[in-house]
Amino acid sequence: MSEAKMSLNNPGQAGGTREQDLILSVQRGQHELFYELVRPYERRVYAAALAILRNEHDAEDAAQEAMLKAFANIRQFRAEARFSTWLIQITVNEALMRRRRERTVPMEGIDDRRDTEENDYSPRDFADWREIPSEALERKEVRQRLAEALATLDRKYREVFMLRDMEHLNIQETAEALGITVASVKTRLLRARLMLRDLLAAGWEQGWFSRLPFEKGTKPW
Amino acid sequence: MVANQRMLNCEEVWCEISNYIDGDVDATLQASMDEHFGKCKRCASVLAGTRNVVQLYGDERMLEVPAGFSRRLEKRLAKNAVKGSGWSSWSAWLVPVAAVALFTGALALMDQFTFKNPAKSILAEPGHDIPPDMLVVVSDGSKVFHVAGCPFIHDKATERTITAKQAMQDGYVPCSRCLRQYLKTGLIRQYDDDDASAEADDEPEEVLSTAGH
Repeated sequence: MSEAKMSLNNPGQAGGTREQDLILSVQRGQHELFYELVRPYERRVYAAALAILRNEHDAEDAAQEAMLKAFANIRQFRAEARFSTWLIQITVNEALMRRRRERTVPMEGIDDRRDTEENDYSPRDFADWREIPSEALERKEVRQRLAEALATLDRKYREVFMLRDMEHLNIQETAEALGITVASVKTRLLRARLMLRDLLAAGWEQGWFSRLPFEKGTKPW
Repeated sequence: MVANQRMLNCEEVWCEISNYIDGDVDATLQASMDEHFGKCKRCASVLAGTRNVVQLYGDERMLEVPAGFSRRLEKRLAKNAVKGSGWSSWSAWLVPVAAVALFTGALALMDQFTFKNPAKSILAEPGHDIPPDMLVVVSDGSKVFHVAGCPFIHDKATERTITAKQAMQDGYVPCSRCLRQYLKTGLIRQYDDDDASAEADDEPEEVLSTAGH
């Protein structure tokens, strides 16, 4: 992964010293710097809330509330943890609390009841594969299709996938954030990745990526 | 060939493909999977597609926020966090201090109206220049001391004679009738002006005269 990509995915790593300075400043009373501190993570905070609440309005409110809680508890933050992870975990807690309280999120899908984690998931599509370049993400249509595919996953798979692969928490952090075992995280993550691969391969059949520069007859997955 | 390396079937590979991508397999398993991917086109396709899923969804551009999200967040933080920031720093001690100040102010105000108002405190004036050895009469019925024979002594059954010094040490104050001459002149005058008629009704002058003061 390129340095730029690393920086994009983990903004705190690029300016670690700057971030540490900001944290110390806010902890010492320069509260007006707090927004500058959290601004690089606002997308990730929102996405974490959305993964759990599945409602844009609720997710935005939860994200804002999580930021306020982070501010209120900034003095408790210790440097041995990653600030981004700490922030995401506060957001996940806030979103889970809201979901329990409001019960506005749809119930578990049929697949959740039918599928147990003991059952294996097998890939369904084995066509020749060609990588979708990340530049494709510049197209809103592609992002929309990927988001739609993600939204079709059952909650337990979607949450793990988002925290692990989109929020870049490690396995242990994901398990702690969701209150599940490391083994469950690994199992759900495997299924989520394989299911998304199959879903997007099906999308290829339906012409989702027809404007992308693939060789004729070659599937992206 | 790594020691203990064995041939894997496709299903075994699929079960570990996620851990393989994350680098979370031991060297033996990794070698076995590498060998399998080199020979199995289907599993190589699954691996490549799964890797692409991880790479695409892991891109920050997939994390879109609604229009105006940043502005609304900044506004709410400015409104709540910065405004509330005082709580976590200086107003954490400011609030108790303010409470003490308020309480002290209330006491002062109460004192102003309760103890300094002449209309209410005239009967509790401490008196001036009372001879300390003067014998006065006190009783359990009130905290006022009198000269002997004063008609305003309450609870005469418990009256007893002590010195004025002792009475004042015990918290008694002089009777505004029989010991009037020892009270503040101004206050007495005001008291007299305000209540002259009432005084005439309930306080016979001859009794005070006969009391000898």
